[in-house]
Amino acid sequence: MSSFKYVYKSGKGLNEKLVREISSLKKEPEWMLEKRLEALKIFNDLSLPEWGADLTGVDFSNIHYYLKPLQNQKKSWKDIPDEVRDTFEKIGVPKAEREVLSGVKAQYDSEVIYGSLKKSLEKKGIVFLSMDEGLVKYPELVKKYWGSVVPLGDNKLAALNSAVWSGGSFVYVPKGVDVGLPLQAYFRINTERAGQFERTLIIADEGSKVHYVEGCSAPAFSTGSLHSAVVEVIVEKKAKVTYTTVQNWYKNVYNLVTKRAFVKEEGEMRWVDGNLGSRTTMKYPSCILAGRKAKGEMLSIAWAGKGQHQDTGAKMIHLAPETTSQIISKSVSKEGGRASYRGLVHINKGATGAKAKVVCDALILDDESRSDTYPTNKIFENGASLEHEATVGKIGEEQLFYLMSRGIKAEEAEAMIVNGFLEPIMKQIPLEYAIEMNKLVEMEMEGSVG
Amino acid sequence: MGFKIKDLFVSVEKKEVLKGVSLDIEPGEVVALMGPNGSGKSSLAYALAGHPNYVVSKGRVELDGKKLLNKKVNERANMGLFLAFQYPVGIDGVNVKEILITTLRGRGEKISALELKKKVEKEAQKMGIEKELLMRSLNDGFSGGEKKKMEMLQMSILKPKYAVLDETDSGLDIDALRVVADGAKKAAQKGMGVLIITHYKRILEYLRPDKVLVMKKGKMVAQGGEELVKMLEDKGYKKL
Repeated sequence: MSSFKYVYKSGKGLNEKLVREISSLKKEPEWMLEKRLEALKIFNDLSLPEWGADLTGVDFSNIHYYLKPLQNQKKSWKDIPDEVRDTFEKIGVPKAEREVLSGVKAQYDSEVIYGSLKKSLEKKGIVFLSMDEGLVKYPELVKKYWGSVVPLGDNKLAALNSAVWSGGSFVYVPKGVDVGLPLQAYFRINTERAGQFERTLIIADEGSKVHYVEGCSAPAFSTGSLHSAVVEVIVEKKAKVTYTTVQNWYKNVYNLVTKRAFVKEEGEMRWVDGNLGSRTTMKYPSCILAGRKAKGEMLSIAWAGKGQHQDTGAKMIHLAPETTSQIISKSVSKEGGRASYRGLVHINKGATGAKAKVVCDALILDDESRSDTYPTNKIFENGASLEHEATVGKIGEEQLFYLMSRGIKAEEAEAMIVNGFLEPIMKQIPLEYAIEMNKLVEMEMEGSVG
Repeated sequence: MGFKIKDLFVSVEKKEVLKGVSLDIEPGEVVALMGPNGSGKSSLAYALAGHPNYVVSKGRVELDGKKLLNKKVNERANMGLFLAFQYPVGIDGVNVKEILITTLRGRGEKISALELKKKVEKEAQKMGIEKELLMRSLNDGFSGGEKKKMEMLQMSILKPKYAVLDETDSGLDIDALRVVADGAKKAAQKGMGVLIITHYKRILEYLRPDKVLVMKKGKMVAQGGEELVKMLEDKGYKKL
């Protein structure tokens, strides 16, 4: 893998020249270049958020902002270079593809270099492309929606992504179409200090239904790396979108992601989010419930091991009557790891009959580890209801004794209890990812008690 | 052979709860242990299973000739000891089949999830346990009777050499009681030694103990046959 070649590797650091270069290499329309430049200005003006995790280790001048691999988009598995194929084999892409995938897009550093789409998707009129391709083939759609949910100046990292974005997915599901099998994309960072700034835009037209899955894993490297994605989802009237993420970045990655959905009348948005890896994650997927009876849901797992801080949560913004939302957040912290839940429920004046529910459960496995809950509720409508439950616990000695009294080893018993705690979320995750997550949890638990 | 407890002293949080308890159970033997509340019966059960809060200060326990007290909780179980809990805990997201398959595979048995499922379902049906309970988190919203039956179900799959049933009959209706007693009796007929801790005559009428022991204030105070149960029923523990 070390011999993998890049056609273009930008120098470290960020400036206007680089942004112009990226745009020109991609042969982008003028309007996109303008957006990038505007975003760069905003990025330079804004400061990093100080209310969350410690980001002092992020050094924006020490990152490669753009890498273009030697290969262009490949259509067939056979055309993929061996090294890349090996990497995919290790994370299970080919097997998954043969068996269940309806379409695979994998991102190798900054460019999608391999993708295959089954004909059935195309027949139904479903668009599943890299964001770069989407911009070329569907410029009008992209121009209309790109940046409409997460504006350029939303926050410093969203501005950064808007300035230097590369790759990510562009999905369009036509009216009334049910995609069926999940659309899956695999992301991977493989160069030291490579920043990955993918940009995803999903448009689910009226009455359509789609499940998008992204899994991340990164190989080991020594110095801090930054992953800063922006995901925008448009859920039109009565459409249903599920967006599942399994995040397992290597433990030196700063994972600072902005994800937001705009949900119209009777639309449903569900975020399923598993955060296992990274050094620091700040991620609060949001739903703007703009239409009557729109529904938002967030199911999340955060795992904070040694040296990790998972600062995650969700935002539910109720703007219309009878909108409903549910946030279920579970976290596990061990060996000095820190898991924070940070959430916002905002119910606007006029959102009569809105209902919101927040459940945060934390499991702390030892005395060095930490869990915090920072819920913010802003309720401006009297006719709305909000339920909030939070629990913090340790693994029960009696549960451990019970399982051991059946003949199960201490560490296995502890892993069972942890997996059981996470199970309500795990069962919402597609099976192959759930299995992977279970394995990761077991690996993390090995040797933790004895 | 046999399960031999010799002169056992146990403390919980520095308070001595067992003060020199001795007891033998032969394979296939049913031994009833009775006694007033707080006499140390459940403490004996916990100490044998190896609960970390129950500290043994003196004594010896052997299971078929092997020392038990220097073993971890799970090792004791794998030597063939089973404890049916008086108050089984609930475990979120873990069902009984997962517990059983993890245990059996841990012992080195090669059993597929499907084989185990069939076995468990068959056993559950015999015991009148709803199939739905097998899928649910262990003891999550189970009735008292269902919890006790679930303990017996695990016993029948794990096939221990010796089982301690800690008030497994408490809170059961007549039908459930019969199921529990039947399970223990059949296992005993196949050679499992049973120590049943109970307050009531009723289960002993089904189980027909070979030996009845009475404990009081951390010591054995009486030993006899079924006639002792009748005597206790009439006169209580005061005279002992």
